[in-house]
Amino acid sequence: MQAIADKQGVKRYIISLTVNGDEYSPVIKGNTLLVNLLRDGLDLTGTKKGCELGDCGSCTVLMDGKPVDACLVLALEADGCEIITIEGVAQHGELDRLQRSFIDNAAIQCGYCTPGMILSAKALLARNPHPTEPEVRAAIAGNLCRCTGYVNIVKAVLDAAEVTA
Amino acid sequence: MSQPTPAGLKSSARTYTHPGLPEPADKDYAVIGKSKPKIDAREKVTGQARYTADLKFPNMLYGKILTSPHAHARILSIDTSEAEKIPGVKAVITHKDVPTLKYGISPARWDENIFCIETVKFVGDKVAAVACIDEETCYKALKAIKVEYEVLPAVLDPLHAMDEDAPQIHPEYPLNKNTEIHQNFGDVDEAFRQADYVRTDMFVGNRTYQAPMEPHTATSIWQGGKLTVYSSTQSPHYFQYYIAREFGLPMGDVRVIKTYVGGGFGGKLEPTGLEFAGAVLARLTGRPVKMFYDRAEMFAHNRGRHRQYMKLTTGVNADGRILGVHADFIMDGGAYTSLGIATAYYAGAMLTLTYDFENYRFDMNRVYTNLPACGAQRGHGAPQPRYAFEAHLDNIAKDLDIDPLEIRLRNARKPNTITPNEFVVNSCEMVACLEQARDISGWADKKGKLPAGRGIGVATGSFVSGAGYPIYRTDLPHAAAMIKVAEDGTAATLYTGATDIGQGSDTVLCQMAAEAMGYTYEQMKIVAADTETTPHDFGAYASRQTLMSGAAVKEAGDEVRKQLLEMAGEMVDLPPERLSVRLGRISAKDNPEITLTFEEAARTFFVQKGPLMGRGSYAPPKLGGKHKGAPVGTSPAYSFAAQVSEVEIDEETGEVAVLDVWDVHDCGQVINPALLHAQVHGALYMGMGESIWEEVRFDAKGKIQNPTLGEYRLPTALDMPRIHSSLVPSYEIAGPWGVKEVGEGATLPTMGCFRNAIFDAMGISVNSLPLTPEKVWAALREKRKANGEDIWDPMACECFLE
Ligand code: FES
Ligand code: FES
Repeated sequence: MQAIADKQGVKRYIISLTVNGDEYSPVIKGNTLLVNLLRDGLDLTGTKKGCELGDCGSCTVLMDGKPVDACLVLALEADGCEIITIEGVAQHGELDRLQRSFIDNAAIQCGYCTPGMILSAKALLARNPHPTEPEVRAAIAGNLCRCTGYVNIVKAVLDAAEVTA
Repeated sequence: MSQPTPAGLKSSARTYTHPGLPEPADKDYAVIGKSKPKIDAREKVTGQARYTADLKFPNMLYGKILTSPHAHARILSIDTSEAEKIPGVKAVITHKDVPTLKYGISPARWDENIFCIETVKFVGDKVAAVACIDEETCYKALKAIKVEYEVLPAVLDPLHAMDEDAPQIHPEYPLNKNTEIHQNFGDVDEAFRQADYVRTDMFVGNRTYQAPMEPHTATSIWQGGKLTVYSSTQSPHYFQYYIAREFGLPMGDVRVIKTYVGGGFGGKLEPTGLEFAGAVLARLTGRPVKMFYDRAEMFAHNRGRHRQYMKLTTGVNADGRILGVHADFIMDGGAYTSLGIATAYYAGAMLTLTYDFENYRFDMNRVYTNLPACGAQRGHGAPQPRYAFEAHLDNIAKDLDIDPLEIRLRNARKPNTITPNEFVVNSCEMVACLEQARDISGWADKKGKLPAGRGIGVATGSFVSGAGYPIYRTDLPHAAAMIKVAEDGTAATLYTGATDIGQGSDTVLCQMAAEAMGYTYEQMKIVAADTETTPHDFGAYASRQTLMSGAAVKEAGDEVRKQLLEMAGEMVDLPPERLSVRLGRISAKDNPEITLTFEEAARTFFVQKGPLMGRGSYAPPKLGGKHKGAPVGTSPAYSFAAQVSEVEIDEETGEVAVLDVWDVHDCGQVINPALLHAQVHGALYMGMGESIWEEVRFDAKGKIQNPTLGEYRLPTALDMPRIHSSLVPSYEIAGPWGVKEVGEGATLPTMGCFRNAIFDAMGISVNSLPLTPEKVWAALREKRKANGEDIWDPMACECFLE
């Protein structure tokens, strides 16, 4: 990985990563968080920040298919990785079945947790297309929602799983 | 078996008849009453929805606030010179650089300054602020500001705040008394004398925090003399009013714009240091400044639920009819007033709603402490007293050997009555809620028949559908709306100051507009909560928007329909009364052959007469009595709810597993059933968190010990019980189409309901919130000891002794 130092001697690194299918080679600092690279560097503000401590899951993105809290991942660690953010879930303007299901099940209130929830759920359905209700609850247990009591979110994920059945 | 009323005492409520139009026979609605998808759903599932922190402006700076590390200290000096030298620091401000006018959301007690001048009053109090080229530089700059403090003794225990020798927090408010209330209705002493049974209980609530997922953010931009603030707010209007007041600006030169808001629950109702400091920093630097709190700063800013100490005394007849109640409370207000005067009044005022009694005394002291200020959290002041009263009532029921559901049915409020504190209740299906909760929960088969360790409990709640009076004195209507139909009639835009913070007001108001206009929901657009482009509305608090904003929207929609049908009448040569419009189709009432589309008539209207627009506004009637504090708790309408829950207790660990909750609500005509039940789910979730886990805790120096979502312990998807949300038919004469509130009411019964279920399961009373495993375990031990069981005491074991 190429590194350059600024006048104060602080190093910058050039990393390469794929975000929603597009390749980027941003220059970042060693302490740049993936969530800040996505939001500030690439203007992908669909990824939210609710705590920056790994508690809330608002910043969930898929890193090589696995859900991660982007506030706990250094941008450096994402070098060479494939990242999917909420902006990359709908394809050509067509909503993903999970997105549709969240709408149809009234699983959205303020919507702040929604991007993270959808990505956690997407990862679940990819590894387990027919989850049970406890499995759905476990998969989103790291995504806090203050509005919905999770009731309709769990329903939405189970419904979306049905569609693939 | 009902007993006669004792002589000289009023025993049941005065009745009242609302002068409005009765419930319509034909309720064949085309748009309302249907579970339409949220109008903003697509934006929210695709990540397109932009919240305040997502906005970027050219040349924008980042700002942060420096806060106090001490609970109570005198500021001796502030030295910003080192911070100013750091490259990238564009401005550093302290109290010397900002207006010193005191502010606060409650006009009766303006007690906050933008930055502290002489003393800091809690850990987190605002001292200075910086604007820098990026976030990292902000933290460097904050570290470089040197503040010298003389630490002062602090008031951390609200029960000793009023002691003669307690440190004084605000010199203007002796004995740290912020709000003192003494209200008296009927004759409580006589009621207690005549009662067959009088009981007193003490309960303690918990300090909780709204914890919306989106942290507060505000971005301030000056364009010449005009200030624009983008903010995560529940009320652009109050922000505009208070920002204009602080800076001496005409309200027209302050524009507050709400973006998408990631939840509020009462915590985003008042402007914070972010708006005030940001405005000054933006003016000094001539650049947009984005200010934000991180999660720990959110907890420190607080404005969450007050901890209340609640003593209740109630006198009843032998058959459990309530004759009189005395509520004697103290609440920990924290360092400032916030919305706490209203909270203090609400705490007592709302106790009179669900049960019918005529003799009531309410005493309250809201005290200042050196802890973060408390304000309005979902249910505003009412949930903890409700928990206390419901627990107290179960104790009475047990003493008198009456079934808890039965004692509630005997006392349940009836429609068209007046409470002792002069609230007029029109619709009230309290009895139906209780009966339905009893039936769907299988109460009769479960009460007293559940296996060991299981229990079932019941509780009630009621809440306002909008406050009868605004927060500051003004004769502005409470809500206003405009609808503009597009030139070709293919769309209509609703302009409203109503504030969608996630609860779905944009959606239900568009449904209401379409219903009134005879249009389709799918063609509606909305512009909301921008003080410059949308007409005034007080915003999202006190569960007001469906009824109040809805009434304004209905009036605007009715006006569009009237003009449209007049135009259509001219076009088909019929008087407008003989035409009707539904879902965009205009037809003659007596001749289905004659039809016309909404678009055709709207387009012709525009060509001939100009823009087709409707306007509406809403002001509640004059409400309430004449006693001090009478306005708090007044409302055009009240929701009612009953909840039953079933719990299982692990005797070894004290852990409480909530298995099922049945919520039955009387919330009038429903506009969007899916969103309504979602409100119940969310309210219950918050109630459940507050019941069992959530509590902001402090160390011995007044510093928060758990300012993170994990340690504060927000419930996760794994913690939730099965929720059954159900409704009883109801129609509210004071609301458009008969609507009432739902969003806050469902938080009210939950805490008492769980406590009562635990009481039923184990015969133990946990008299303080939250109902943690430790407390349940300790209560179980006490009970076993009292029963003479020989119990090993781990604390007496030598290995635990020093
Ligand atoms: S912001 Fe990353 S987990 Fe909360
Ligand atoms: S919808 Fe608001 S946090 Fe989940």
